Amino acid sequence: MEFIVITLIKIAVIAFVLLTVLAYLQWVERKVIAHVQVRMGPSRVGPHGLLQPLADVIKLITKEGVMPPHVNSFFYLLAPFLAVFMALISISVIPFGTQLTVGPYTTWMQLTDVNVGILFILAISSMGVYGIALAGWSSNNKYALLGGLRSSAQMISYELPMSLAIASPLLLAGTLSLREIVNSQAGYNFGFLPKWAVFAGPFPQIFSFIIFMIAAFAETNRIPFDLPEAENELVAGFHVEYSSMTFASFFMAEYANMVTVCSIATLLFLGGWHPLWPVAYGSNFLAPLILFGAGAICIYHGLNPARPMDRYTLPVFGVVFFALAAVMLVPVLLPVLMPLFWFLAKTCFLLFVFVWIRATLPRFRYDQLMSFAWKGLFPAALLNLLITGFLVALTS
Amino acid sequence: MDLFFFFLFALIAVIAAVNVVLQRQPIASALSLIGVMGSIAVLYLLLGAEFIAMAQIIVYAGAVMVLFVFVIMLLNASPEVRRGRSWTSQLLGVPALLALLGILCYFVQGQFANAGFVKFGNFTGGSAKSVGLALFTDYLLPFEVTSVLILIAIVGAIVLARKEMD
Repeated sequence: MEFIVITLIKIAVIAFVLLTVLAYLQWVERKVIAHVQVRMGPSRVGPHGLLQPLADVIKLITKEGVMPPHVNSFFYLLAPFLAVFMALISISVIPFGTQLTVGPYTTWMQLTDVNVGILFILAISSMGVYGIALAGWSSNNKYALLGGLRSSAQMISYELPMSLAIASPLLLAGTLSLREIVNSQAGYNFGFLPKWAVFAGPFPQIFSFIIFMIAAFAETNRIPFDLPEAENELVAGFHVEYSSMTFASFFMAEYANMVTVCSIATLLFLGGWHPLWPVAYGSNFLAPLILFGAGAICIYHGLNPARPMDRYTLPVFGVVFFALAAVMLVPVLLPVLMPLFWFLAKTCFLLFVFVWIRATLPRFRYDQLMSFAWKGLFPAALLNLLITGFLVALTS
Repeated sequence: MDLFFFFLFALIAVIAAVNVVLQRQPIASALSLIGVMGSIAVLYLLLGAEFIAMAQIIVYAGAVMVLFVFVIMLLNASPEVRRGRSWTSQLLGVPALLALLGILCYFVQGQFANAGFVKFGNFTGGSAKSVGLALFTDYLLPFEVTSVLILIAIVGAIVLARKEMD
């Protein structure tokens, strides 16, 4: 009974946080791209456009859902559901941090630790393609069908280098449970170099990390691999016939996949919640320092406002950042907050890389995409796995 | 709890399997087949073979069925037209099916006459480690021969595709 209640509370918290993050990820993406392109980005709804995601959600819910007469209605409605379901469910095996103790209850910051966790995520992500393929097929539209076909071909092709890239750090960790994979990366070489898979011996996994990230861009249909929704060739690709919430659910699935992939990269290659340098050298003070700096910048810009509204909004943000920095210094909360901070810091950095690359790179051509996967990425991943396996077998 | 989930997913598997045959839309049949694979994976999971369950989903529901769906979408196969059945199949279809089922049951019972009931979660040979050990010790030769066979099939597919292109 106790277990069920605790699990339900955890599910509620994780679902709420994840859905909020998905909505705000889009705000972050628009803001970052805008600043890369020297624009303002969303700025009308709320201070600095912070209420824009909320407005978007309300808009999407209240819009009329149009179902074209020529679609195959059952599969047309099944497809967005499948896409969102497969995208959201993989968050259930991802550990966000270490144990959390509230009163007499102790629980992990993770919904469930499956002992084949990484395989579970691979299985779910291999099922994720059905949502997009079905959406393209059931729309009965040539652009949508082309988008769906491209997406399936691309996902099948990039699944292989991705799985091979995942296999190499598993050889170092020797387990399939995500929690144990992270624990195997604890500690430091020479007292300062973290034993994350990207740095660890006998063969640093930096190459498989790069291969994994490249394949992840293709798996989540992001630029430079967003051929399924290449708007100048396919109008909008597989979701061209969708509107209202069914349209929004494809967007949600895309962002949820991004969050999952970044979390996996953090867990497998970047040591999960383990800090970049030892606590003895003050890694616990990085979080308050960053938050304090952010607060100071906000206060400074509030005192010298570039826009009239900034005089009132930025000091509020500054005070919030100061308060968060103060919370990060409370010794009682440190064992909970520090792992969470390091996990979030790494995942958010990877998410930022996703957005950064979208703002920087153009799209591949379709034949380039395929030949890159099969002639470049796949042999590289295979070679990397071979060398890793060889060195692990030699040293163990 | 285990028993409830067993019957639930066994029922889903059977219904989906019947649906594969009954559906006239090829893509609906393919999706029902995915349902069968998924339910069977859950049954493996109930028995305690997590690795085999996940491999079932990755290989069958993921890789193989994606290929099926992909081909159906590429060919843009239209719904099948139901033709009248011949009187032999109408007359003998159900009895022949029942007879086959009976024979299968007879042989299975004869083979495993002394076997006890299955206990949920009792199977211990299904972890990644034990499967890997079995593959690389007891079954090394069949495993390697199979991989060579698959390689030949891949090369053959490329040769055939090349011939078509020239």
